Amino acid sequence: MHDLECVNLTRIFGRHIAVNDVSFTVPRGSFFSILGPSGCGKTTLMRMIAGFETPDSGDIRIKGKSVLEVAPNRRSVKMVFQHLALFPMMTVGENIAYGLKCRGENRSDITRKVADVLARIGLPGVQDKQISQLSGGQKQRIAIARCMVLEPDVLLLDEPLGALDLKLREQMKIELKLLQHQFNTTFLYITHDQSEALVMSDNVAVMNAGRFEQIGTPKELYNQPGSGFVAGFVGDTNRWLGRVTGLSGDEARIALDAGPEIIARAGGALVAGARAEIFFRPETVSLTPIEGANQLSGVVDSLLFNGANSRILLRSSDRLIEIAQGVMDATTPVARGDSAIAWFRPAHALAFAAPEAG
Amino acid sequence: MKSSDASRLTLILLFAPFALWIILLIILPQIGVGWLSLREKLGPREYAFGFGNYLDFFREPIYWNTLLRTAWISVLVTILALLIGFPVAWYIAKIARQRSRAALFLMCLIPLWVSDLVRAFGWILLLRETGIVSGMLQWAGLSSGPVELLYNDITVVIGMVYTVVLFMIVPLVSTLDGMDNALLEAGYNLGGSRMTVFRRIVIPYAMPGIVAGCIITFMLAAGSYLTPILLGGKNSMWFTEQIYEQFVTRYNWESGATFGVLLLVFTSAVVWLGLRLTGQNLASTVAKE
Repeated sequence: MHDLECVNLTRIFGRHIAVNDVSFTVPRGSFFSILGPSGCGKTTLMRMIAGFETPDSGDIRIKGKSVLEVAPNRRSVKMVFQHLALFPMMTVGENIAYGLKCRGENRSDITRKVADVLARIGLPGVQDKQISQLSGGQKQRIAIARCMVLEPDVLLLDEPLGALDLKLREQMKIELKLLQHQFNTTFLYITHDQSEALVMSDNVAVMNAGRFEQIGTPKELYNQPGSGFVAGFVGDTNRWLGRVTGLSGDEARIALDAGPEIIARAGGALVAGARAEIFFRPETVSLTPIEGANQLSGVVDSLLFNGANSRILLRSSDRLIEIAQGVMDATTPVARGDSAIAWFRPAHALAFAAPEAG
Repeated sequence: MKSSDASRLTLILLFAPFALWIILLIILPQIGVGWLSLREKLGPREYAFGFGNYLDFFREPIYWNTLLRTAWISVLVTILALLIGFPVAWYIAKIARQRSRAALFLMCLIPLWVSDLVRAFGWILLLRETGIVSGMLQWAGLSSGPVELLYNDITVVIGMVYTVVLFMIVPLVSTLDGMDNALLEAGYNLGGSRMTVFRRIVIPYAMPGIVAGCIITFMLAAGSYLTPILLGGKNSMWFTEQIYEQFVTRYNWESGATFGVLLLVFTSAVVWLGLRLTGQNLASTVAKE
């Protein structure tokens, strides 16, 4: 059973196709993220589900029933807004009670439910506080509680962590995931931050220019990206351009632009002689020799210390290669200006067809 | 030390014109008027200190009736200005595009280019017996003879709403402009109908603007002189007219000063009552968090 189902949704603004033939289903109780750069149409998609925009074609079904004819205030879809949109002139308790009052529930039920939901989000007894007295993280939780008290079928979250500082954002990621487990409600989360999507979601859809590029678990997206865009957008990666010189099975021989020939795994259909883009992740690149691996020689450009995320930047024919392997444990002591060779296995390099340059 | 002296000097210099303005043009004259109102005239150049002027006011029904009438019509004007101004402000702040917003705002301001007096005469030109509206009615066959549309309360109210509505629109636009549209969407999303969203979100949010607009409008209406006199004629019974009469026609400055003080006290009391009835306070209106 799916809580939310979108079928061939399309929305066009003038000449611009904001959402182009998007279909997906979200299973009950799961955490589904839509990840994409700004302007990719993800907010339009979410606003259509909430009912603030009408699709030009396609259908939206909640629990199997089409909601296109249902007004936004009657849909069982609640939304946490980007800047939360808590009502500043109401207390915390009034904010949460607002939806219940609109439904016409009686006073004692409302009081009980408000106290209940505040206890569940770990902020018991803040009913009488003003919104301005809350911290960023608390506001976040109140915004979620205000929706969850109405027991919606689907909760939409529109980049709600964007306004928080880094430390709090990391903390809220975990907390959101816990809240989703606790309420066991379907969450549809929109973000441009891949780490938010990867950490929290059961499934992630990567969106680009109005279309879904790929839907999959975070692991699938990271390890088996279905397109060059996904490979480049999800996680850190090194991207090189080249031309396919030969194909054998799923291995492709590629001559890098201004570089040697390497062997890569074909991520999609490739044609010999055509242009290709090659992606390999920093953590698969090493400065210690690996048998049968590709080699790129260069000069150490800089050492970037960042704890577990430390990097070596190797300059090779005007391009920088990010290297993560063996940086922290000092297995390969290098200094700026040293010559070195970057090694990575063919299995760790992914090639996708690229448009002809120029 | 030096920098703090300099900043103190800056403060004094910046504050001085404002302080002079307040003290010389507002506080001192008001004290003078207050003092004058407490001076009873016994004979030529013979005065005594007492509340006689105030007692005279309450002994003469026409005086306090005029004051009550002035207040009541001003309240009516304020309410009408709010009812007309709110949709206009809403349109400018929320519906109009960014580019046309400035043009619309300017159009609201244009009437202020023309002096009060000329605008009032404009109304007279329209509404008098031989005026344009009367002529149109006769031409359309809706009236057999000339119609006098001037010199009644409705005309006075219309003319005053026209004069003051801008001062309602400006504070409303600035508060509504600050309202995030997401608040409205959140209001719908959580199950509110249009009416609920308007009543529970828009009005409370706009309240500081509504209160500010109402106070300005009411004070302007109660203190206005030209519009009620010109459009209402001899029988307009406006309180500022009484004050003018005491000062100028009767040369009774003591009585005129008394009326001035009473107008100030009474309108302040009405504003205070209005704030109490709507559960607002002046501090939260002026200095919004």
